Amino acid sequence: MRPVYMVSGGITKFAKSTPKKDFRYMAKESFDQAMADVPNLSLDQIDGSVIAYFSDHFTRQLMAGIMVQDYLGLTPKPSKRVESGGATGGMCFQTAWEAIASGRMNVCAAVGFETMSHVNTWKGNEFIALASDVNFDYPVGGFYTGYYAMMVRRHMHEFGTTERQLAAVSVKNHGNALHNPYAQFPAELTIEDVLNSEMVADPLKRLDICVMSDGAATAILASEEMAFRLTDKPILISGVGTGTDAMRLSDRPSREVILLDHERAEDYKDLKYPGVHSFRGGRVAAKEAYKMAGIENPIEQLDFVELHDAFTSSEIQTYEDLGLCKYGDGGKFVESGAANVNGKMPVNPSGGLLACGHPVGATGLMQSVFALWQLQGTIGQHFGGDDTLQINNAKRGLIHSHAGTGTYITCSILERGF
Amino acid sequence: MNEKKPLPVKMEEVEQGCVLYNIDPIVMKYHYEVDYIHSYAQDSPFFEGLAKGELKGSKCTKCGGTFATPRSHCMTCGAETEWMQLPLQGKVHTYTTCYFGGQEFLAETPFTLIMVEWPGVDTLFLSRLIGVAPEDVKIGMDIQAKFKRLSQFKPTDVYFVPVG
Repeated sequence: MRPVYMVSGGITKFAKSTPKKDFRYMAKESFDQAMADVPNLSLDQIDGSVIAYFSDHFTRQLMAGIMVQDYLGLTPKPSKRVESGGATGGMCFQTAWEAIASGRMNVCAAVGFETMSHVNTWKGNEFIALASDVNFDYPVGGFYTGYYAMMVRRHMHEFGTTERQLAAVSVKNHGNALHNPYAQFPAELTIEDVLNSEMVADPLKRLDICVMSDGAATAILASEEMAFRLTDKPILISGVGTGTDAMRLSDRPSREVILLDHERAEDYKDLKYPGVHSFRGGRVAAKEAYKMAGIENPIEQLDFVELHDAFTSSEIQTYEDLGLCKYGDGGKFVESGAANVNGKMPVNPSGGLLACGHPVGATGLMQSVFALWQLQGTIGQHFGGDDTLQINNAKRGLIHSHAGTGTYITCSILERGF
Repeated sequence: MNEKKPLPVKMEEVEQGCVLYNIDPIVMKYHYEVDYIHSYAQDSPFFEGLAKGELKGSKCTKCGGTFATPRSHCMTCGAETEWMQLPLQGKVHTYTTCYFGGQEFLAETPFTLIMVEWPGVDTLFLSRLIGVAPEDVKIGMDIQAKFKRLSQFKPTDVYFVPVG
């Protein structure tokens, strides 16, 4: 394997609906923004692409991937579509990483999109729920918020996590997004606003849940030689990890915690793991990525995290999977302010999925773009002069993309290569 | 000599369930629906069991692992499983009441989802709980399986109610 760098990225402003631009146009818009940041890169230097979107139901156009490749002017070069549910964007990023790491390509474009506005919110929820076992799960509940509500209910039972702690995630992420011009749903909220928002699936309320979006994002990855030729601020992808778990929530076993380097078995003597309260796939993804990047204690060795907060509860669960705190301490972690932009470990400084939106195939790539800008120190430059969200001297960050009830999870570690 | 009928000079116009939703840009709205043929295949005996008032899980023939939601091969060792009768009484492992849902289920809201656990069975089973107010559902609550008399051959042919 050889080192792989991210050299630039682009995103569209995520929105509830973009009737004036179809998926090809949005993908092109994000691609052009990425190209504009590396003026030395010409189209003919790109060796191929990976193009990602989650749902053929939303698109209602099979082989939409090749339509993007065609529209970007990348035919007849190699390309493939990648799909991994909610982790589609993160998996697209890692597939492009593989193309460079293997030596097959020197420059590869990772492009993701989703257009969810073609159906109403409740039909959209039905489409998403088809990503649960259609024999046993979909016909009973058919609703992802319901599945996540059951998981967090058990988390509350095991660890004493509270609805106020969930609400704190919503307040933080929507608040961060006030300074992110790409965000779909910036808002100044109080804990009470979140607690008083409409109940969707007990204990998850409207403001605990991300919204449906249209949008696209692009990441351009390159070999070391090309990266330093294209930019003076290349970002090294120093670790990648991918984990999985059983499709059905009901099939999650009760075993021992998979430990990270800085944890001890005594920390979790009586904890049945992962049960339905934790994401074993997230832990495995983190462990693999940390090993590759040489990270032994993530809270000390990472400067920020962009993680998949489709629900406030999954942000809390993911702190624990990533080892930012012990299993069970996620609620206290957010409550303490540790995850704030100026905290010990800023989590979702961009506003995350809750506030930026979640156009599924674009989401994991959106995280890579925000991470790139953080590490290059160009948040202000890209956010219309507002650098409130710029983390001082950010050297290394983690992006985390997550599917289903924790079925596919990717973690990638990005760090300054300059 | 027969007089030639004049050929039509105008394309016949039809109105079919397609609605112009918006202009600039032009947005169309139409309905689509299909008849889809789905086989329960190796899971069929589970649904047949529900029709007979039986709840069937799986037991691995090699490592002895047990699954409350059936699967024909063991997720731990890969060996074939055999069918195993589950007790009709279990406990609530976790729960939620859904006030919204996917469009197909919106009309049924609010409904309470539960994961059911049985002592000695390694995994759980997703079902619905009825006959309890949302605020009265508790983790660890004893519950009893009931079966629909008119079987739909769906997993909702079984549901749970509080014991006693």
